[in-house]
Amino acid sequence: MKSIVKLLMIAVMLAPVMAAASGGAQLLKAPIDINDKESLRRGAQAFGDYCYSCHAASFMRFNRIAKDLEMSEENVREMLIHTYNEKGAPAKIGDLMKVSMTDDYAKNAFGTAVPDLSLSARARGADWVYTYLRSFYVDDYRPTGFNNTVFPDVGMPHVLWSLQGLQEAKYKTVLHGDVEVEELDGFEQIQAGKLSRVEYDMFLGDLVNFMVYIAEPVQVERRSMGWKVLLFLVVLFGFAYALKKEYWKDVH
Amino acid sequence: MSNLMTWIDERFPATKMWNDHLAQYYTPKNFNFWYFFGSLALMVLVIQIISGIFLTMHYKPDGAMAFASVEYIMRDVPYGWLIRYIHSTGATAFFVVVYLHMLRGLMYGSYKKPRELIWLFGMFIYLALMAEAFMGYLLPWGQMSYWGAQVIISLFSAIPVIGDDLTLWIRGDFVIGDATLNRFFALHVIALPFVLVFLVVAHILALHEVGSNNPDGVEIKKNKDANGIPLDGIPFHPYYSVKDIVGVVVFLFFFSIVLFYFPDGGGYMLEHANFIASDPLKTPEHIAPVWYFTPFYAILRAVPDKLMGVGTMGAAIVVLFFLPWIDRCKVKSIRYRSVIFKVNLAVFCISFVVLGWLAMQPATEILTFFSRVFTFFYFAFFAVLYVTSKNESTKPVPDRVTS
Repeated sequence: MKSIVKLLMIAVMLAPVMAAASGGAQLLKAPIDINDKESLRRGAQAFGDYCYSCHAASFMRFNRIAKDLEMSEENVREMLIHTYNEKGAPAKIGDLMKVSMTDDYAKNAFGTAVPDLSLSARARGADWVYTYLRSFYVDDYRPTGFNNTVFPDVGMPHVLWSLQGLQEAKYKTVLHGDVEVEELDGFEQIQAGKLSRVEYDMFLGDLVNFMVYIAEPVQVERRSMGWKVLLFLVVLFGFAYALKKEYWKDVH
Repeated sequence: MSNLMTWIDERFPATKMWNDHLAQYYTPKNFNFWYFFGSLALMVLVIQIISGIFLTMHYKPDGAMAFASVEYIMRDVPYGWLIRYIHSTGATAFFVVVYLHMLRGLMYGSYKKPRELIWLFGMFIYLALMAEAFMGYLLPWGQMSYWGAQVIISLFSAIPVIGDDLTLWIRGDFVIGDATLNRFFALHVIALPFVLVFLVVAHILALHEVGSNNPDGVEIKKNKDANGIPLDGIPFHPYYSVKDIVGVVVFLFFFSIVLFYFPDGGGYMLEHANFIASDPLKTPEHIAPVWYFTPFYAILRAVPDKLMGVGTMGAAIVVLFFLPWIDRCKVKSIRYRSVIFKVNLAVFCISFVVLGWLAMQPATEILTFFSRVFTFFYFAFFAVLYVTSKNESTKPVPDRVTS
């Protein structure tokens, strides 16, 4: 019996080690903090300015952002609502964050439909989104003039180029056995943007933070409810255990 | 009050049922940790049914609306997120608890005479549970829902002659679509829960007919006092009802940690690709079933031929039904069985876990080789058990339960 448990434990402990050994693409750690409302508000602004006109976040409502990020509805309206509904009136504060661009239009313009960003941070992971937005480089062979090392031949133009500036991908030659392989070796800035490198990373951090928030708006509430439930269960355990002890004292 | 009970008892066996199944159901007094998982499985079933009822109030089983309706539940329905996470975490919890419950049966020989039917009912519960989980996983209508179902349903096409017609019949369409989603919803919320509840009732009735086994594998009914009450037995209620409450609280503690802090289980419970709406034109890079199916999926992948693979995977489940007759040892509990049995069972458990891990990895040459090795060990367990259990050198079993 004990030996089974031991062997099972070893198997369980080894699993992550073996999983880690299999490796994967190198992603940067996104500097996000979901409890930082200031950062989330900056992220909302960035999202409204740069993402939310092609990309929708159609599971999210404007007023949910106002409530969760402690902003006035007027504020959110100014920051995010640039769209009109089917009747031609400006989108309402309780509406879902849809966009006017149709899939057909997008396919003409970019060769592909524009993905909804409501759940991107959950589907791809925050680190992926962060690294992706940092990894556009100049590539004259692409129709947009940019390519991306995280998402090769992506249809999306580098909408943040004025902030980041322009960079080129550098490669180094690595030997894999006796085969020479070109590997990415960082980027080289060839034209400065409006933001410095550090500022750009912080800008992206805020933006990705916001995207993580809209992917699961309830997460802060979820965690805060969690420890209360756990605390309750600890107390309940005390009573349950005492009750069991009391009943079982005459069982020998 | 007692008049009321008399009135009822003359018309319905309320007190009789209470006594037969709880207050005068004598249970061995030496249950250990492993005996919590039966009652926990029952509780998880109730949790799933109740949370499921609330989900169906808001979910839309429609190819165009299903994915959005899940997000609607997650965002706009008050505490919808909580109900959804309870249900998704509950699915994982169900399998954790059931696997441990089954391992308990293996360790203490709970499937042996006279409890073969309990085991068979239990295996049918497991089968129904797999169907229930598989169909439930289609409902969020994400990429992994869609493509996972695509892969599993296409397995039926390996069956000669009728294969293609059979898959068409299951899907109700040439590809997975609205028709498939609707019928899976019907089966998931009505048909299979009925089957599950019916089987659970049969499982418990069979158990209460013959009485519970215990970690010593001693039949407590062999030693009774003057009143016909087993000397090593205690009434289930209140003794095990209060003890199981402790188990429930501990279980809920771990359940809540996952529910509130790791609701997607690191991508193993709610897979990342399932946060992308299903798209029949885009196949995800890497399709793996949810963790509780992975050992069988690894066995499927280990066999090069599709039909043989499906057959081997099926056999891996079917063989479990025959355990009561494969294990020919008269001694029930692992405590009094040979080293061969202990090693054999340990290898089996490790194979099961490793196979589960292997199925989540890309099928490289070396990993496929390991899948084959551990598939062999998985089946070897039953062969070795059959051969060695007939004349196993066991230790003497005590007459009464040890503490």
